[in-house]
Amino acid sequence: MFRTLLNKLSTVPSSCGFHTTACLNEVRLLTRLRVVDNSEIGKRAMAEGKPPKVICVYNKKGVGYIGDRVMVAIKGQKKKGILVGLKQTQKVKVPKFDSNNVVLIDDNGTPLGSRIHVPIPTILRTVLKERTHAKGADYTKLLAIATRFV
Amino acid sequence: MALAIRRTSDILCAARWLIRRDCRVLSTLPEKAEISQEVVVRRPAGRRPIANEAVLESRHIYPEFLPDPNPDWRNSLREKLERADMLKRRSQIDIPEFYVGSILAVTISDPHAQTKTTRFVGICIERKGCGLRAEFTLRNVVDHQGVEVRYDLYDPTIQKIQVLRLEKRLDEKLLYLRDALPEYSTFPFDMDPEILPEGTPVPINPVQVKLKPRPWLEKWERQELKGVSNIEEHLKGKDRIRRELRKTPWEKYDLMKQYRKTIPIEDQSEIWAEVHNQLQQLQLSRKKMARKRTFTAPKPQLG
Repeated sequence: MFRTLLNKLSTVPSSCGFHTTACLNEVRLLTRLRVVDNSEIGKRAMAEGKPPKVICVYNKKGVGYIGDRVMVAIKGQKKKGILVGLKQTQKVKVPKFDSNNVVLIDDNGTPLGSRIHVPIPTILRTVLKERTHAKGADYTKLLAIATRFV
Repeated sequence: MALAIRRTSDILCAARWLIRRDCRVLSTLPEKAEISQEVVVRRPAGRRPIANEAVLESRHIYPEFLPDPNPDWRNSLREKLERADMLKRRSQIDIPEFYVGSILAVTISDPHAQTKTTRFVGICIERKGCGLRAEFTLRNVVDHQGVEVRYDLYDPTIQKIQVLRLEKRLDEKLLYLRDALPEYSTFPFDMDPEILPEGTPVPINPVQVKLKPRPWLEKWERQELKGVSNIEEHLKGKDRIRRELRKTPWEKYDLMKQYRKTIPIEDQSEIWAEVHNQLQQLQLSRKKMARKRTFTAPKPQLG
């Protein structure tokens, strides 16, 4: 009986030698995102089951946070987008979503779609206002097509 | 004679031990417990400090008043100051009694929102932290998108906490709702509060959720969850074997582990002696205010 027990233990080590923690769910290179606006390319990519991949995060950390600009590879094209909802653990009072959401924009900050069909965190108002420069792109246009804020 | 006394004391000890095991957040200081074993033959009424049951019940209602049991993080002065601050905050805002599984509506003042306030409704899936760092997490599914918001209980930007449905669930944490079908965590934002008649115990909702197929966020099959119905459908043989190997059935007999996880009854009665009266007064004054409001505001008659 002792031997059977030993055999069992040897096949499945009772404690593995390394520490395992829950994954961070960070948005990094090659993370798959979910397009939540109704742009034609985004809708088709999601319907085909080929969600866009991050190929660049435009900040110095290399990890995308809420309101950050990313470049995605979607249906063989390069498009820019803004992260509007993250799976990662957030600060207090900032909502955490069940998926990593992105809204596609063009270089001027104009969204490609005309409607966002998921809730948008309110903190994005302030974040996007800070990112917008007078001469450069205007990202706050994205807020106008949102349907609901949480 | 001596033998008989010995035996009765043994039985008493066993009974007391069983009672102690049943309480979730209670334990006694070990050295005192040993003393009481000898004394108990002479005075079976008990040499334990008289702890009022009603006072000790508040450990379920106000769990954040108990400090973290880790001795490295204990500091009696800080704990005392924190309790005073918590009482001050509670005199400003009504923080109601709620549990994991209750449905809450939280209104915060939000500089980012257009109306400067945000209201979020959701089921409380986790409640943790001690003292001023106490926090809770609400979960809801809005427009087919799961959303979770974490709040600090003593955050000064919170304007109102309203309990829409006061109930408990079968488990201590409901993190498995993230992997469950979305209908189990969908609650309308315009829900009406359900009022329980006074004096009734908090109802336990025995609903069992259905999980989505794997992959899951955690290994739910190893956590002995009571609130999940279809966990066996998604398991393979290898998962069942590993679950058997990882089981720790001896832990419920580990008195020292339980002692380290809890605040002893002697410490608790000190804390409750300090804050219980003020908490009761706050609750009474709230009730009076609520009654006054209902009497003074008659319904406007139309037509």
